[in-house]
Amino acid sequence: MAIITVQRPKLAWHEKAFISTLFKGLKITLSHALRTFLQIAGKKPKVTMEYPEQKWDDQLPDYYRGAPALVTDEHERERCVSCQLCEFICPPKAITITPGEIPSDDPWAKVEKRPKEFEIDMIRCIYCGMCEEVCPEQAIFLRKDYAITGLSRKEMVHDKKRLYEIGGQRVGLVNKWNELK
Amino acid sequence: MPTVTREYEAPDVAAKAAMQAESMEATTSDIVGEKMVLNMGPSHPATHGVLRLVLEMDGEIITKADPDVGFLHRGDEKIAENMHYNQFVPYTDRLDYLAPLANNVAYALACEKLMGWEVPERGRAIRVICCELARISAHMLGVGVFAMDVGAMTVFLYTFTEREKIYNLCEQLTGARFTTSYTRVGGQVRDLPDGFVSAVRKFLDELEPVIDEVDKLLTRNAIFMARTQNLGVITKQEAIDWGISGPNLRGSGVAHDLRKSNPYLDYERYDFDIPVGTTGDCYDRYLVRMEEMRQSVRILRQVMDKLPGGPINVADAKGLLPKKEKVLMKMEELIHHFIIATQGIDAPPGEVYFGAENPKGELGFYIHSKGGGVPYRLKIRSPSFINLSILSKMIPGHLLSDVPSVLGSLDFVMGECDR
Ligand code: SF4
Ligand code: SF4
Repeated sequence: MAIITVQRPKLAWHEKAFISTLFKGLKITLSHALRTFLQIAGKKPKVTMEYPEQKWDDQLPDYYRGAPALVTDEHERERCVSCQLCEFICPPKAITITPGEIPSDDPWAKVEKRPKEFEIDMIRCIYCGMCEEVCPEQAIFLRKDYAITGLSRKEMVHDKKRLYEIGGQRVGLVNKWNELK
Repeated sequence: MPTVTREYEAPDVAAKAAMQAESMEATTSDIVGEKMVLNMGPSHPATHGVLRLVLEMDGEIITKADPDVGFLHRGDEKIAENMHYNQFVPYTDRLDYLAPLANNVAYALACEKLMGWEVPERGRAIRVICCELARISAHMLGVGVFAMDVGAMTVFLYTFTEREKIYNLCEQLTGARFTTSYTRVGGQVRDLPDGFVSAVRKFLDELEPVIDEVDKLLTRNAIFMARTQNLGVITKQEAIDWGISGPNLRGSGVAHDLRKSNPYLDYERYDFDIPVGTTGDCYDRYLVRMEEMRQSVRILRQVMDKLPGGPINVADAKGLLPKKEKVLMKMEELIHHFIIATQGIDAPPGEVYFGAENPKGELGFYIHSKGGGVPYRLKIRSPSFINLSILSKMIPGHLLSDVPSVLGSLDFVMGECDR
């Protein structure tokens, strides 16, 4: 086991009198100032961004955990079958689902169930992604939206309509209800 | 009857008050030894969160210090008793919120100890990367804020720039900058993304000059030395007696590091040194943190040089959520998925304790299980809480203006202390 004892420096007289230290510090500060000028001139990548004019969005990975939302498939079918697994797993209990039946004359009657109400309280949600992880229907996804705001608590509860609005349509997922059953 | 005239003095309200004040002054002014009680915090910029210090002052000198914690208490331990092991992972992000990845790993390791699982080699290597990145990020903030507390603002800005880069890496790895929730019991949410290793390497190459720069700005800086040396001294014996851990313990000269003394995650395979201090003052704690960052860079380079392939999660098909593709198409996996998601991982009854060397010290999880998917009791040994307990011993005798440097050098985080 290698142990190293950290060294406490002994200062020379010019360091004690701040002579050399002053120049050393100024050198570092000036080099940073120069770098900043280069950044402004566009010669070097900037450290900061001017949000909201500039955004980081194109750097976000696909699995970025923003606001959760529901999606529909190619045929505009609601993917959610209201199994309520996400409601169960959600650690802060942000999801409330009221399951509903699909009427028998509906073309998707074989799916049997879909949510009548689906609410996510965005004040409670902690963007953990567990709902997406457990959903057996690939119906709920965390999107790249991170600026979720509202003027009232009620506005911050996303209802079913709003969730489908944010989520939109997602193609290329497994469509088990189309072929198999 | 003769008339007697007497004279009464009937002072009005203002005159009465003036008389009272006069007599007060005669009795109280200039009494030697008069103590003043000063509240520092809970919302003071130098208390790094919501720590309240009740200081008894004799002039400028502190005679008694009483740390008052608990302003950020959220009842995490109780919350844990009401949810599955995996559901608690997001809550561990919020313990030491300066190093969420390291907390995730420590919690997962504690649960895996209970389950008797061990993640495969690649999973362990990924976890080491997580821990060391978290350590660098926490120490970067620790040193930066410490310097800011003693009046050197520049350092803070430089170190914060580097921390942003670590957050970018976290974002690529976990999908969130801050609340990582990366591990699960038995593995990780996802493997390293493409190009992650080269991104970390690039970051390390940029980090090293910044560490040197901070070193240049602070280590031989006479003002910084004057404000930190021989201040807040914790002797070797005191550090052990009070159960101090992490860089604060090593700053006092005790070479104790769980990564060496109780190796987990294959730490024994990596070559790194433990920095220890000699005096145990604020300056030593700063030096130890600086050196630890350099050692973390060394570890990271070694992990990435020999990053093994293979699976990242344990191969226990019964205990983990099945693969998503299978859940979507196969009946059996779907049923299994529902069982695991609703009942949790079936843990055996028993008690385990696992302590990991986190940036702030030994973060330990004690889990008491009675079987089933929910812990019966989960106790968090938070290093910040225990490191802070010595304040009442350490601060008396110091000047009030020294309190920020003492607090800054202890580098605590209240989210974890109050949990
Ligand atoms: S979103 Fe998914 S997990 Fe939630 S109720 Fe719908 S199908 Fe079930
Ligand atoms: S992201 Fe997490 S907190 Fe938010 S709704 Fe999904 S499970 Fe709940």
